[in-house]
Amino acid sequence: MAPVIEAHQLSKKYELGASRPSEDSLREVLMQNLRASWRTLRRGTSANLDASGSKWMWALRDLNFSIEPGDVVGIIGVNGAGKSTLLKILSRITDPTEGFVRLQGRVASLLEVGTGFHPDLTGRENIFLNGVMLGMTKAEVQSKFDEIVAFSELEKFLDTPVKHYSSGMYVRLGFAVAAHLDPEILIVDEVLAVGDMAFQKKCLGKMGQFGSSGRTILFVSHNIAAVLNLCEKGIVLQQGGISFQGDAKSAVNHYVGLVTGEDKKNVLHVADLWNARGRLAQYRPWLYKLELYNGDGKPLEGEIGVGSSIRVHVQFRLQEPSSNFDIRVNFVDLYGQVVFAARSSYERNRHWGERSGQQEIVCEIPNLPLTPAEYRVEAALVIDDKCVDYVEDACRLTIVGTDFYGTGKVPSLGFFVHEQSWHLK
Amino acid sequence: MKSSAELILKPRLGWQPINVREIYESRELFRFLVLRDIKIRYKQTILGGLWAVFQPLTAMLVFTLFFNRLAGIQTDGPPYPLFAFSGLVLWTFFANSVSMSSNSLVGNQVLVSKVYFPRIFIPLASIGALGLDLLIGLLLVFGMMIYYRWPFAPSVLLIPIYVLGTLLAASGAGLILSALNVSFRDVKYAVPFFIQMGLFISPVIYPLQYVPVRYQLLLGLNPMSGMIVGFRHSLLGGSTDWGLVLASLATSVILFLAGLFIFRRMERRFADII
Repeated sequence: MAPVIEAHQLSKKYELGASRPSEDSLREVLMQNLRASWRTLRRGTSANLDASGSKWMWALRDLNFSIEPGDVVGIIGVNGAGKSTLLKILSRITDPTEGFVRLQGRVASLLEVGTGFHPDLTGRENIFLNGVMLGMTKAEVQSKFDEIVAFSELEKFLDTPVKHYSSGMYVRLGFAVAAHLDPEILIVDEVLAVGDMAFQKKCLGKMGQFGSSGRTILFVSHNIAAVLNLCEKGIVLQQGGISFQGDAKSAVNHYVGLVTGEDKKNVLHVADLWNARGRLAQYRPWLYKLELYNGDGKPLEGEIGVGSSIRVHVQFRLQEPSSNFDIRVNFVDLYGQVVFAARSSYERNRHWGERSGQQEIVCEIPNLPLTPAEYRVEAALVIDDKCVDYVEDACRLTIVGTDFYGTGKVPSLGFFVHEQSWHLK
Repeated sequence: MKSSAELILKPRLGWQPINVREIYESRELFRFLVLRDIKIRYKQTILGGLWAVFQPLTAMLVFTLFFNRLAGIQTDGPPYPLFAFSGLVLWTFFANSVSMSSNSLVGNQVLVSKVYFPRIFIPLASIGALGLDLLIGLLLVFGMMIYYRWPFAPSVLLIPIYVLGTLLAASGAGLILSALNVSFRDVKYAVPFFIQMGLFISPVIYPLQYVPVRYQLLLGLNPMSGMIVGFRHSLLGGSTDWGLVLASLATSVILFLAGLFIFRRMERRFADII
């Protein structure tokens, strides 16, 4: 059969700095052009500098792949590998710079849950708006309306503006609409990274059904468990190129190898959350900074032994005075499972009263009992039970094997270590 | 949804044809976007839809007081408040359309960077939503005519032409400005200023005879001068300067076409730079 998606020498070039519109005033551009022509006069243009004087980079370079009808393909890669760029090209949001893609069939792409939801519109109004925006006709939305509502489990809140929804409800509504699309090719970004576990499972189930009904799915995710569950094939992107293509399991193994190799180079104990990438559009950057220290208060450069104590410092800002704020720090394994969730609301002696403005909070975790592996640290700020900021990949933490049990045996299996005693009778 | 079709995504260079079929096929979405803009516009305001008439009504009161009573500007027939208000209804529609649409892309960044549909819908929907205000304004003009016992002329039937001309001019300007605004936020600051100036170079608060005859055709370069003069005369009677109307109509059409193609050319970079 002819492939449904076929990419040929697909490339995308970005001008660096072009995505900062606040600085992009007319005067700036004029000045830049002047400066560039001056430079050209003096010594010609240098590499990576084009005539307008701005730097550029290839987000994707010469991608070739083809996807057969009915394939369910996972696309994985570290941040900046080109996943989002590829998605944006396939979803027609941006044009490639070179090469082309041929798509055969109706495409629906979900780069975000609840695209186009307007906070002031009710759940009902948003279902229609979102559905039509994603490519359904009004009649289709109408006929599937009851199903969508039932899937979202939000019957009672249909006529409430979605700005009063919790983030979980928001995601449920968005996904409920998306799950009822009927395209031949479905392109999904890591929309599953949000929402509660039970609902994520439900979504994965729904997508699984979708895949087994012979339609083509492209699934981009950090959640390796989901990729393994859902996909038969995998493509691993690295620095704008394809570094592996094959069955899903081998692709995941390849990716895990990449991540473990790559992250050692650039781990710092301070993570800049303010400029963190991949912040979902509904969040504003209220989280500023996350710092990791070991039990003695020394900066923790990404690696620590099993069972060591750590301190997590989080700097954040409360826009309005609040006493009901909650800082959440999750430790997530490479398969996307939250293995340990720390929350400031779990603190018994929480007599902080009302605070506002810049804050710094310290979480002490004695003897973090995670087994040796790579962990991703997530940070979130929740005010009045509503998530206002969430950084999915704040920093990475490597737990290395130590003699935790004092026996010379280094634990590696399982999720955690724990004191244990054995008696032979 | 339509049956499957092959789609090739490749770099688009230079000027592009307008994809009329795609626009026609997604017309339902356009309706939803217009409805959305109408629904959210006056959310969390006390006056709500009354804002649609508040703006031209207050302007009418102020202008009547200052220009008519104090400065002594006379009309070519109708009572000044009626004269000013009929012009202001159309002008307000134009001014709001240009300012709303020029900020529409920047105000809907998520739509631009997360989902595909004809981009042109975003600025045009924000103008479409203002159509309701125009309708309310028109009804109010009719109300005022009844109040002033001013006779309706059969030329009232020509109103759609002037509304259409205004729509074309506002869309053309809105398309160009919204596209420029994506790269250059200067637009946000420049537009309100030029709209304010525009009020004075259009015959909204003064009749055309205040302009020396030799400059009158030059006014045709301002698409709104012909539209306002024609609109007012078709409502309130009086002899229309057809040369001016045609010149303005031609400017509107050219502006609209230029807007369509310039927008089309610039839209492919929106997601990258917004």
